[in-house]
Amino acid sequence: MNFSSDIFHAYVFPILFAVIIVLLLPLLAGYIVLLERKVMADMQARLGPMRVGPHGLLQPIADAVKLLIKEDIIPESADKTIFWLAPVLSVTAAMLAYAAIPFGPVFQIADLNIGLLFILGISAMGIYGIVLGGWASNSHYSLLGALRSAAQLVSYETAGGLALISVLLVGGSLSMRSLVEAQERGGFWFIFLVPVGFFIYLVASIAETNRAPFDLPEAESELVAGYMTEYSGFRWALYFLGEYANMIVVAAIATTLFLGGWLRPLASFQAHLPGTSIELLDLVPALLFLGVAGYCFSLTRKQPVKIQEAVMALFGFICLALAGVLALPLIPRFAGLMPGIHGAFWFLAKVVAYLYVFLWLRFTFPRYRFDQLMRLGWHFLIPLSLVNVLGVGVAVVLHQQAGWGLGAALMVTTVATLLVAAWLAVADERHATAPASMAGGE
Amino acid sequence: MAAGTTLLFYFFAALAVLSAIFVVTARNAVHSAIFLITALLATAGIYLQLQAEFLFAVQIILYVGGIMVLFIFVIMLVNLDVAMRQEQFNRQWLAASLIALALGAQLLFAFWLVRHQGGVLSHAPAAAAALQPNTELVAQGLFRDYVLPFEIASILLLVAMIGAVVMAKRRI
Amino acid sequence: MVPASHYFLLSLALFIVGVIGVLTRRNVIIILMSIELILNAVNINLMAFARLLGSVNGQIFAIFVITDAAAEAAVGLGIIIAYFRNRETLLADEMDLLKW
Repeated sequence: MNFSSDIFHAYVFPILFAVIIVLLLPLLAGYIVLLERKVMADMQARLGPMRVGPHGLLQPIADAVKLLIKEDIIPESADKTIFWLAPVLSVTAAMLAYAAIPFGPVFQIADLNIGLLFILGISAMGIYGIVLGGWASNSHYSLLGALRSAAQLVSYETAGGLALISVLLVGGSLSMRSLVEAQERGGFWFIFLVPVGFFIYLVASIAETNRAPFDLPEAESELVAGYMTEYSGFRWALYFLGEYANMIVVAAIATTLFLGGWLRPLASFQAHLPGTSIELLDLVPALLFLGVAGYCFSLTRKQPVKIQEAVMALFGFICLALAGVLALPLIPRFAGLMPGIHGAFWFLAKVVAYLYVFLWLRFTFPRYRFDQLMRLGWHFLIPLSLVNVLGVGVAVVLHQQAGWGLGAALMVTTVATLLVAAWLAVADERHATAPASMAGGE
Repeated sequence: MAAGTTLLFYFFAALAVLSAIFVVTARNAVHSAIFLITALLATAGIYLQLQAEFLFAVQIILYVGGIMVLFIFVIMLVNLDVAMRQEQFNRQWLAASLIALALGAQLLFAFWLVRHQGGVLSHAPAAAAALQPNTELVAQGLFRDYVLPFEIASILLLVAMIGAVVMAKRRI
Repeated sequence: MVPASHYFLLSLALFIVGVIGVLTRRNVIIILMSIELILNAVNINLMAFARLLGSVNGQIFAIFVITDAAAEAAVGLGIIIAYFRNRETLLADEMDLLKW
């Protein structure tokens, strides 16, 4: 079989990658839930899940089994077809977005030349899962929660999209892979070139995924669980999976566009191990997993029960195997595998770092009220993102027509955008404390 | 490869026509909206099959992700139960359908005349290799040749936004 | 290859279904949705001929049609909401205040 033939590239690789992603995604989402619970526990000075598996490492599997065997309750006057369809739409939209994301130089299902627009469009489809789910439940809480959530998503989608457009102006292409390659050529990740865009996208993506502090539609102390109220068992698990898959998608988009995708941090930093051609920073992934494996093995003796010892040792061996896989490209004979394998590692590391910011913000800030949420989106973020696009456009024109350096031009326009942001924030404060008759009337 | 894209067109075309028929005949307005979403997605698929990927993305972001969300919001805000139990079709449905079908027959006749005279409709679309990427073509056309209609469309959208807000406010 | 006539026939079919929807349904929102169907049928026609003749003008026109549809849907739905708040009805038959 000729490995470089067109049929292989056109059919086999995409299907293989798609199967890998669909199989791994629920597992990854489950472990991010566990990570969230452990981080939440750590920030609240407690331990989190410790019983199911050593240090709670098997908790996601237990949760999945529990959700699968729960009773499937459908409200009596609910619209059965749409009740079934809504979680399916949510998960489908979340998973479909993975088709255009480059996890590495080779690992991408489809290098669409409109990759970014495709992902934006598919995220827009995700709104239907929420709205139809809330409506099909035939319950007032669900409908209100669904409408609020959809209104929030639509508002912040505009701001996020405009922030991505500012990156587009600098990168020059809609294809996700070309944007990473543009960052590789330029030597700077786009977060350093367009920092305002990154912060707008950060806030917009938190609102897009219904995460705290923008989680009013699904918070437990608010409208019960909003659009998810009447869903139980596996259907709720699908919604949950859709939400966390969506989180990973927005993290992947931010990583690809702002944080350099699969590129190694400090890619131009050349410091060789004496006597060999191995770069020091390339040793980091393998050493990291070796360290984790060592820590796992050191904890093995301290587990209270034999079975937990066995599971901990198993995790230690898995980490050792991963360290081995990551060390493989260091051997000169396999150096061609380096961009692929290390690329996947750095990509996942950046996604986890971005998600850590999500988790951190969840347990730090109180929830926004709905009108405050809409005010932030429409009165602050959208004008700021418009000014940001204008600023980046002016900078690109200055660079291309007037010969300024791109970095210098962008620095000037970033300062101008930040001044406008400060003015917007102050003006909004003053308007919010204006007499009630101005804001009343509806 | 070509056979695959041809098959795709017939699949999307069948999906579009079936969904359109259900849009017009569904009793429940939300079902109607969902079938319209399916019809719009099928249309987007046809744009993709015509190698117009930018229009495909625009159709999904604007039509499916924007206009239909607006429709579904409004359907959920107005009371549906009463509307569902009422008569769905008006008194002149038979005459209206016959006239619409007559219009269709007239257009079909015009098409049939042209086809038998060897007109341009029987040709297949141009080869794929001759095209620049769709996004660049559309951008050049939109911002160079048709920049005035583009600006007028922006003003139209501004007017529509103001109009919609004024219409929906309880007290101006 | 798909001959351009098939695109035209598809566009015609969607157009006629849309026209029947506008003329026969009572629910005003479904009438608006049928109008969207008509606009889509026109778009398919424009796109097919743009590709056939190798020009991009048809696609730009299609973008303007989509923009127009968005504006019209927004204003139309605003009017429907305003009317519903006042008269509690969604049926086109009952919106006859201007009749003598």
